[in-house]
Amino acid sequence: MMAGTWVFVEQRDGNIRKVTFEMLSQAKKYGDEVSAVVFGKGVKALAPEFAKYGADKVYAVEGDIFADYNTGAFVAQMVAMINEFQPNAVFFAHSFNGRDFASRLAQKLEAGLATDVIAAELSAGKGVFTRAIYAGKALAKVEVATSPVLATIRPGVFEVAEAAGAGAVVEPAVAASAADVYQTIKEFQPTVSSRPELNEAEVVVSGGRGCKGPEGIKIVEELADLLGAAVGGSRAAIDSGWLGHELQVGQTGKVVNPNLYVAAGISGAIQHLAGMSSSKFIAAINTDTEAPIFNVADFGVVADLFKVIPTLISELKK
Amino acid sequence: MKVLVCVKQTFDTEAKIELKDGKISDAGINLIINPYDEVAVEGAIQLKEKGVAKEVVVVSAGSDKAMDAIRTALAMGADRGILVTQDAGADEYARAVALGAAIKNENPDLVLAGHVAADDGSSQVPTRVAEILGYPHINVITSLEVAGGKVVCSSEADGGTQITEVSLPAVVSSQVSWNEPRYPSMKGIMQAKKKPVDTVAAAAADNKTTIVELSLPAAKQAGVKIEDEAEVCATKLADWMKNTVKVEVK
Repeated sequence: MMAGTWVFVEQRDGNIRKVTFEMLSQAKKYGDEVSAVVFGKGVKALAPEFAKYGADKVYAVEGDIFADYNTGAFVAQMVAMINEFQPNAVFFAHSFNGRDFASRLAQKLEAGLATDVIAAELSAGKGVFTRAIYAGKALAKVEVATSPVLATIRPGVFEVAEAAGAGAVVEPAVAASAADVYQTIKEFQPTVSSRPELNEAEVVVSGGRGCKGPEGIKIVEELADLLGAAVGGSRAAIDSGWLGHELQVGQTGKVVNPNLYVAAGISGAIQHLAGMSSSKFIAAINTDTEAPIFNVADFGVVADLFKVIPTLISELKK
Repeated sequence: MKVLVCVKQTFDTEAKIELKDGKISDAGINLIINPYDEVAVEGAIQLKEKGVAKEVVVVSAGSDKAMDAIRTALAMGADRGILVTQDAGADEYARAVALGAAIKNENPDLVLAGHVAADDGSSQVPTRVAEILGYPHINVITSLEVAGGKVVCSSEADGGTQITEVSLPAVVSSQVSWNEPRYPSMKGIMQAKKKPVDTVAAAAADNKTTIVELSLPAAKQAGVKIEDEAEVCATKLADWMKNTVKVEVK
């Protein structure tokens, strides 16, 4: 019997990120015991949330030093738990905190780690993970056979499926102390936006050079809000200062894979295509019929976005 | 203060990736400093210009070709370089061990690196290096202040900006939006040729992971393309969004 797959819960102040459920659903497919592992304050109460997605066990570690993610205490705690419970594999979200945690943990354990995983096969003592390299221009299958098998999972790739789990709460001993904390989080300023995050959004509407300026971006944003979408931009739009860098889609920005990607006024430079080609549906609006974006678009219109989008908005509202 | 910057040589981000005999082909590919590392080099040079850093040392693990990346950093204004010769097949663990050993010898106050490489996209090495050195670390930074033996950085976190403080010595990894890297001046390029670069062999370390297969993603097929009046285009696009994609309108 394998010792189970652990999913480290990605949460902030009790708000669980969707990628957690995606990881639980994926872990359930291996037929082995699935556990959610959550560190924080008042996190025990979250256990039923994980049971809904098939968690057989919930390892809940409560403590003030776990209130905010900090690498030192989290790694110390995880190392102690891995030694005690010997999981076969531990999955983390490929997120700001998840990749930080997994990388430092992997080095402490002198173990391999596959990051930003988009497909995962797992057996006893071995994981074979598919990763996008060169921002998706190529794919690598990476084998991790160190123990436990460690991986960070790209948000938005695996399907969420409800499955009943016992969700039995286990409360491991706290193994980390204040001496393990070496980072002081002075402040966290949440991005004030009513829009979903780029890498979690079902729909992304992006603007590029063809937007010509903030006015064009405003039109893109209007369409995005109608669709409940995240707003993104090509490097041209970011470099022009029309959008913040955190909204850049492409090889030196974010890789997105929404259900629908709308490229407005984006020609489709190879480094941009790398960041969005894996979207399920792609729509493109561009005045240049030769624009490379049309090579990947499921539905392309050769027209002026300033004319198309307002009509599109009123048509969608009908 | 001594600042050490890790740089990796990567393919130009505009490069088209092709496979040859199951491996990534580098034929005809323009090589550059990983853009995230280039920002780290710029950050280090600015610290020197402000008088915060006394010396900026640039280190790269890789083949002889990585010397170009080091020379570029020197031309931008770094003082000297270290090339850690290592097989291109080294994984994140082996690379971190090689860099960690070379950095330990230098005993720097601050280690800078890009938070991710544009080629493998792993985001592991700076954090692994921090663990090897026993230094605290901060990732994905967009600003940095050094004062009183501490470093305070803003980071691009998920859903917001995080401000983190750690004590020096520390490892800090940069986001591309931290600064705008300078182009090396002609004078800088000439000076770079005379700046010292040590070549050392990588510390022995076996890979912990194995690449079992490389492939190219299935080429996306172009779909419908309409060239018509904007109104017609918009109506057809709306129909497609509603009926094929089945979007929800808020």
